Amino acid sequence: MSDDPSDEQPDGTEHELEQNVGQRFGRLPETAAERTVEGRVSRAEVLEFFADRFAVPPATFDDYSFWEKGAGKIWLYSGEATSPLEIEAIGMTCLRTRQEHWKPTTDFVQRFGHHASECVIDLDREQARRFAAGEDQALAWDGDWGYLIAAHTVAGEREPLGVGLYVHGELRSMVPKGRQRNL
Amino acid sequence: MEPFERYRPIIDDFEAFLAACEQPLGNAVRVNTIKASVERATTALDEDGVAYDQADWNPRVLRLETNSPGSTWTSFHGFTHGQEEVSAVPPIVLDPRPGDRVWDCCAAPGGKATQIAALMDDRGTVVANDSNLGRISALRFNAERLGATSLAVTNDDARNYSLQRFPFDEFDRALVDAPCSCEGTIRKNPDALDNWSPDHINSVAGIQKGILRRALQATREGGTVVYSTCTFAPEENEAVVQHALETEDCRVVDFDLGLEYAPGLTEWDGETFDSSIERAARIYPHHNDTGGFFVAKLEVTA
Repeated sequence: MSDDPSDEQPDGTEHELEQNVGQRFGRLPETAAERTVEGRVSRAEVLEFFADRFAVPPATFDDYSFWEKGAGKIWLYSGEATSPLEIEAIGMTCLRTRQEHWKPTTDFVQRFGHHASECVIDLDREQARRFAAGEDQALAWDGDWGYLIAAHTVAGEREPLGVGLYVHGELRSMVPKGRQRNL
Repeated sequence: MEPFERYRPIIDDFEAFLAACEQPLGNAVRVNTIKASVERATTALDEDGVAYDQADWNPRVLRLETNSPGSTWTSFHGFTHGQEEVSAVPPIVLDPRPGDRVWDCCAAPGGKATQIAALMDDRGTVVANDSNLGRISALRFNAERLGATSLAVTNDDARNYSLQRFPFDEFDRALVDAPCSCEGTIRKNPDALDNWSPDHINSVAGIQKGILRRALQATREGGTVVYSTCTFAPEENEAVVQHALETEDCRVVDFDLGLEYAPGLTEWDGETFDSSIERAARIYPHHNDTGGFFVAKLEVTA
């Protein structure tokens, strides 16, 4: 039994939560109150995070389901599936939870980042080149610190590049090694 | 090129065929419309100073004039995916619709599965299976880079594939892009014929027959199954389709394709095939300056 008060049901009674099974996909509960797996975030919390941090409208994800596989790795999927499910992958990884600062993935940000209007840092082409190569760079930014969506302009429109971590006047590229390119 | 001699009687302008097989292939990419329209992708290439030719038969296929197609902004953003021109044919013939349940039996490394998802506007369910665990990571990497959210990736033998884990018990469409002797990739892999042998062809044909039969069984009545290989060997093409016609409820149907090709064979090496197999397409390298390919479209009839 956990001491975490969030494990309490709305009627105040505690109940036994299942342990997360890392090997399989489990669909996120709609809300924290419907949680049956210890530590698993809810769909509502995921939507709230994208809305609060990046101003992505929750309706963006109306046709998608969210799943956890592994410890805190959240996947986004638009197809049909039943939970739990033991297969290699569904849709794409979108967010890392079960840590203090939730971190969106590069691929998710490239796919859905155009819905964001806050915590987006616009880079010029040379800065974008360094970001795509995985380099850290000193940059001015007067918004929140933490994970930002880095973007540049492609064909006249803002295009998300990936996730950067902004701290102490520096933007650190979070583009995974396998996705880094020298452009 | 010695193994190709046996095709002299069935290939028109055989010398042109051999000459084309000697020529290396250029770099083709497919525009990934999940992430960018053709117009946006081509504008981005223009900005990068990368020249390209749009394929007549498919505006989403571009022939790039660069030696490093992976080092473009369009590639980094997943607007484009390196994919040989003929490899974009089977999903076009499959013609999936948004909302469909589609099975890609041999999906790694994922070029065709993600193309299927794109043709469905990333709406529906694309079950991308591959029996080779080592190739699943490439499939997953490509699916995520291209932003395909409708893919479910499985790692099983397609020949006895179970749908039990899904909330549906049949597919609307299936693509069997079968493992094969790869003769048609000679322009990309000059050593493609190094391990060529009749025994290898016969053993891989047995696997192909098993996969195609399972795909037909797992697809609903009226649904579509596309069978394709990147080889010329009739044992792996027409003979496999013939076996499906004899063992499963299905028929070979016509399709439109804006490429030059030869019809499927009705006889080979003393064996005769159903006349409907003429509806299949044999794409030879000298036809459209591409790799070689075979594709047949089947309809499930019961």
